[in-house]
Amino acid sequence: MAYRIEIALKRGVHDGRGAGVAARARNFFHLPVTGCATRDVFKVDVALTPRQLREVQKIFTDPVIARSAIGRLAAPAFDWLVETSFKPGVTDNLGRTAQEVVTDTIGRPLAAHEGVYTGVHYLLKGTLTREQVQRLGRDLLANELIQSIRVFSAEEWAAAPVDAEPPVIRDPAAVEVRTYDLSGSDADLMRISREGILSLSIEELYAIRDYFNRPAVLAARTGLGLPAQPTDVELECIAQTWSEHCKHKIFAANVHYVDETGKEQTIDSLFKSCIRAATEKIRKDINWLVSVFTDNAGIIRFDDRYNISFKCETHNSPSALDPYGGAITGIVGVNRDPMGTGMGCELVCNTWGYCFGSPFYAGDLPAGLMHPRRIRDGVHQGVIDGGNQSGIPWTRGFERFDERYLGKPLVYCGTIGKIPRLLQERPSERKEILPGDAIVMCGGRIGKDGIHGATFSSEELRHESPAQAVQIGDPITQRKMYEFLMEARDLGLFRALTDNGAGGLSSSLGEMSSMSGGAEIDLAKAPLKYEGLQPWEILLSEAQERMSLAVQPENVAAFLALARRRDVEADVIGTFTDTGAFVVKHGDRVVGRLEMEFLHEGCPKMHIEARWQPPQVAAPAPLRAGSRNRALLGLLGALNVCSKEFKSRQYDGEVKGLSVVKPFVGVQSDMPSDATVMRVDYASHAGIILAEGINPFFSDLDTYAMMASVIDEAVRRVVSVGGKLGQIAGLDNFCWPDPVLSEKTPDGPYKMAQLVRANQALYDICTAYLVPPISGKDSMKNDSVRGGRKISIPPTVLFSTIAKMDDVRKAVTMSFKQAGDAIYVIGLTQDELGASEFHRWLADEQGAPANYGGTVPGLDVLRALATYRVMNSVIEAGLLRSSHTPTLGGLAVAFALAALGGDLGADIQLDAAPHTGDLRDDARLFAESNSRFVVTCAPEQAAALEEKFRGLSCARVGTVTAARTLSIRTAARQLVEADLDTLRKAFKKTLQGI
Amino acid sequence: MNPKILIITGYGLNCEAESHHAWTLAGAAPELVHLNDLIERPARLHDYAGLMFIGGFSYGDHMGSGLAFGARVRHHMQSDLARFIADGKLILGVCNGFQIMTKLGLLPGLNGDYFTQKIVLMHNDCGAFQNFWVTLRFEGNSPCVFTRNLDLMPLPIRHGEGKVFTLDRPLLDRIEQLGCVPCRYADPATGLATDQFPLNPNGSLNAIAGLCDPTGRVFGLMPHPEAYLFPENHPQWDLQKLRGTLPAQGAGLKLFQNAVAFLKSS
Repeated sequence: MAYRIEIALKRGVHDGRGAGVAARARNFFHLPVTGCATRDVFKVDVALTPRQLREVQKIFTDPVIARSAIGRLAAPAFDWLVETSFKPGVTDNLGRTAQEVVTDTIGRPLAAHEGVYTGVHYLLKGTLTREQVQRLGRDLLANELIQSIRVFSAEEWAAAPVDAEPPVIRDPAAVEVRTYDLSGSDADLMRISREGILSLSIEELYAIRDYFNRPAVLAARTGLGLPAQPTDVELECIAQTWSEHCKHKIFAANVHYVDETGKEQTIDSLFKSCIRAATEKIRKDINWLVSVFTDNAGIIRFDDRYNISFKCETHNSPSALDPYGGAITGIVGVNRDPMGTGMGCELVCNTWGYCFGSPFYAGDLPAGLMHPRRIRDGVHQGVIDGGNQSGIPWTRGFERFDERYLGKPLVYCGTIGKIPRLLQERPSERKEILPGDAIVMCGGRIGKDGIHGATFSSEELRHESPAQAVQIGDPITQRKMYEFLMEARDLGLFRALTDNGAGGLSSSLGEMSSMSGGAEIDLAKAPLKYEGLQPWEILLSEAQERMSLAVQPENVAAFLALARRRDVEADVIGTFTDTGAFVVKHGDRVVGRLEMEFLHEGCPKMHIEARWQPPQVAAPAPLRAGSRNRALLGLLGALNVCSKEFKSRQYDGEVKGLSVVKPFVGVQSDMPSDATVMRVDYASHAGIILAEGINPFFSDLDTYAMMASVIDEAVRRVVSVGGKLGQIAGLDNFCWPDPVLSEKTPDGPYKMAQLVRANQALYDICTAYLVPPISGKDSMKNDSVRGGRKISIPPTVLFSTIAKMDDVRKAVTMSFKQAGDAIYVIGLTQDELGASEFHRWLADEQGAPANYGGTVPGLDVLRALATYRVMNSVIEAGLLRSSHTPTLGGLAVAFALAALGGDLGADIQLDAAPHTGDLRDDARLFAESNSRFVVTCAPEQAAALEEKFRGLSCARVGTVTAARTLSIRTAARQLVEADLDTLRKAFKKTLQGI
Repeated sequence: MNPKILIITGYGLNCEAESHHAWTLAGAAPELVHLNDLIERPARLHDYAGLMFIGGFSYGDHMGSGLAFGARVRHHMQSDLARFIADGKLILGVCNGFQIMTKLGLLPGLNGDYFTQKIVLMHNDCGAFQNFWVTLRFEGNSPCVFTRNLDLMPLPIRHGEGKVFTLDRPLLDRIEQLGCVPCRYADPATGLATDQFPLNPNGSLNAIAGLCDPTGRVFGLMPHPEAYLFPENHPQWDLQKLRGTLPAQGAGLKLFQNAVAFLKSS
């Protein structure tokens, strides 16, 4: 028997949720909604006595502000009622908590078929049509992919029966294992791949067919009672293991590269020859790399007590379909990477970064795409909830905006972990598994969530992209699992662990079983959220909050007992073996057998053509000489520059109480810091510095320059706060449009050449700077073909940096500190306005937004290194009162932000700044040349500072003033004269409240 | 001997590390105990001189912050908690811990009734979770033992549901009369309580940031004193360092030191 409980706020209590809906309906949808009241609906599908039911109702209802009824709760007058609820099988976190409250209240665990399901009522007032209300339901209140939306007029509601029916599938499908016939034509094979969302190429399908035709394979399969043709379990397992998402086939491919002069080059794997090669070369010069590219996250030495791990992921495709669910899964998912690294790291902090279309986009949207404002709101809320509820502080965050992210947003989520260097007297990064160890899955249960996530993210977004590919993370279940795993780790109760992410068990066990040499699992032993999952679905499900472990046989009982005490699901589902095969059973029946060597090494290598031809991008017409007040205010308010504080304040950045240089600094705590600094524990003044570089706009001119610039940005941000050369590690996250030539992608060879050039730059700059890449990820199919329009992202690389800081108390911040301090510009300003924020602003002003060409910033690594070494020494000596590195908007924006940070003015003589050649004013003000800093020091330290920088580009350009005005002039003219309030308003108003 | 403090963990609470560090720095002997281990034998509560409900997101704040955790505690530990208070011991709640305490009814705890909910911490007026620093003003007329001899203090807030609210005005007046409001959100320029966002981050009635019971031994607040233990936690520590005003320790520690001083003297 199911019961319905409706809960509303008492009269006189502000309904913030309803008020927010009404405001958004009016402001964003321009609908005459005059009021909105909300209420929560619980469907309690639990056998209860009348007394228990009243008790449950009482506990669900806050006595101070809420009232409730069993069945219908009398409603105030309304015109329309919208009821939203989750579709069957979708994660309902509120429902799960309600279930636990019921359990505690009635004092018994719920039966498997019992549950609590939730929904929300929106009672709307206003003269609205049914279509308008339906649109609000679809585009504001719920996502039809995962939620049901029902609309009632007041009369219809009055006449409707009370609905207590829980959203569950009562009639599960029978267990069925299908086989695939691979003996057909190429067209037949490709149809199998397409219809199954397997994303297998014809070459891969041939390799699979050949494997199953091997006599030894056939004999082994016959012996186990398996058919000659592959089962769905086997084909799905191969498809996901070989997916671009998991196998990184493009980065592993043989590339034939032809440059603009016709010179040819064959590259055997960009990953091996550029990224890993860089790290291997640098490894000879540093001694703090512990584990790179082998585990879920890279590990570096922190001090004699701890190692640090760092991983950053993207979660783009799921976030396009369900921004909230995709993003929350992104952040709690990447948390499991450090958690599953080595013997399991404690989680220290999170990073995030997003690339979106403009939230103010007013053009046509291809059918099936969400408005970028809605995507942005959902993504932020997902990562806010995921991070905050997990108790992990955020440290870095950024947003970039460009129309080409309309088709697929980029959602970067990163996590830093720490782990004692030794655990049970063994190096904590060491993982080993012995044959006979139990395979244990722990955390959440398995549902259809996220099935085909790995293969699906290896395709472009289509209208029929599967709803199942969306998961919704559950931070609390994961938090419970995390605490349990740390406890079990310290007790030495397991031998190895890894997370279940893309590809689910198939992926985690595939990885782990190569450590022992095989595995045998019984899918019938895996705990399910509901009945009716097919064996292949259990194997591939990307249901969240799960880790796979290898537990020594003698520890199994203790491990499971501790899990029970901590209210964490844990089940033995198989045994690691050394048979060389991955054997999958369902009960007594063998449903799959794959040889490890074929599964991991059998995927044929791709061959990709790459042809570089420098693009022709027109530059905007030069602006007539004169005041640049308007340009500076325009740049400060531009989406890519302006303050992101409104959303950022909704993320918890201070849990654990370890922050030192926060994401926002300055006297009003409202200016973005160059890099953040935090301690990693309470016993030491040592800490870590985190920063990043990202600039998709430079990619439009040259991805080599783009990559060089983003690495330089990520490094000089670290240097700016006090980080030292030789202690900085990097992480690369490549997001690319599909670079493989095909009918859909005629410009594949150009996009592949862009990828080659970016990787060449990565090798060159990382090795020069001694910044080893320690981990990374690529996402290579960021295209959308919805509504008949192809939208591809610009090649985008996020380069994140992490550095140890020996004494965080020496950190320097970007804000001017005191009137009278001397202002210096360090580093050369050059005629480099190509793809700059200024050129993009100017091109827009001139009505030709694509014409933002020009010379893209170059990088002189030797000069940069010399500069950074001196920066290290002047910060160590305590000479600097502030340090800020210019990025978007160049020196002009940098002066403005540093002045705003201190709430102090500045008097700048710009032609004193070091520069090459005879520069126009606009290049002096706005060029985004690399490797520069704006620093201040006490006037009495000026001579010492100049002495340190002797022989390098360094010049005093002015003085910090008490007058709250920024003045920038040259000998010829006054370029900028603006009071701080005007500047601050320009910087903050664009996204305030949005 | 250093007084023993019990810090309950589990189910999404997450400020255990910094809370443990705060009590240790203040001279107490804190211990982290999972809620399930405690409710297995609730009597072990009486081994401790103080109890802390820490911050976090117990049960994800689903169904209202603190509700589910509070229900579990009430179900298993009500009589032991009553005895703990009657024995003259201390209870501190921060953020989610404060929310749990109001849901249980431990606060405001008027007329010896510690298990009927009277007050709610509801959604911030601004409609969203917020993290920034506020200034607290401590009231001299309060019996609260944690806030003795304090005047103004900067602390971070990190919550979505921090607005102290009731429809019962006489109850609010009674709480004020008894000095059960030890701290309010204040304007640092004037030192006076304020209802202006963001100085008052949530729209709390009477700018209430924390509540105590009439004995002053049971206390909860929304801001996080355990997140200001290092001087460098302060958002303007860089300027304080330059001006020579950087304190030796974070100010938040003082609340814990007051508690330990009380326990050592009683």
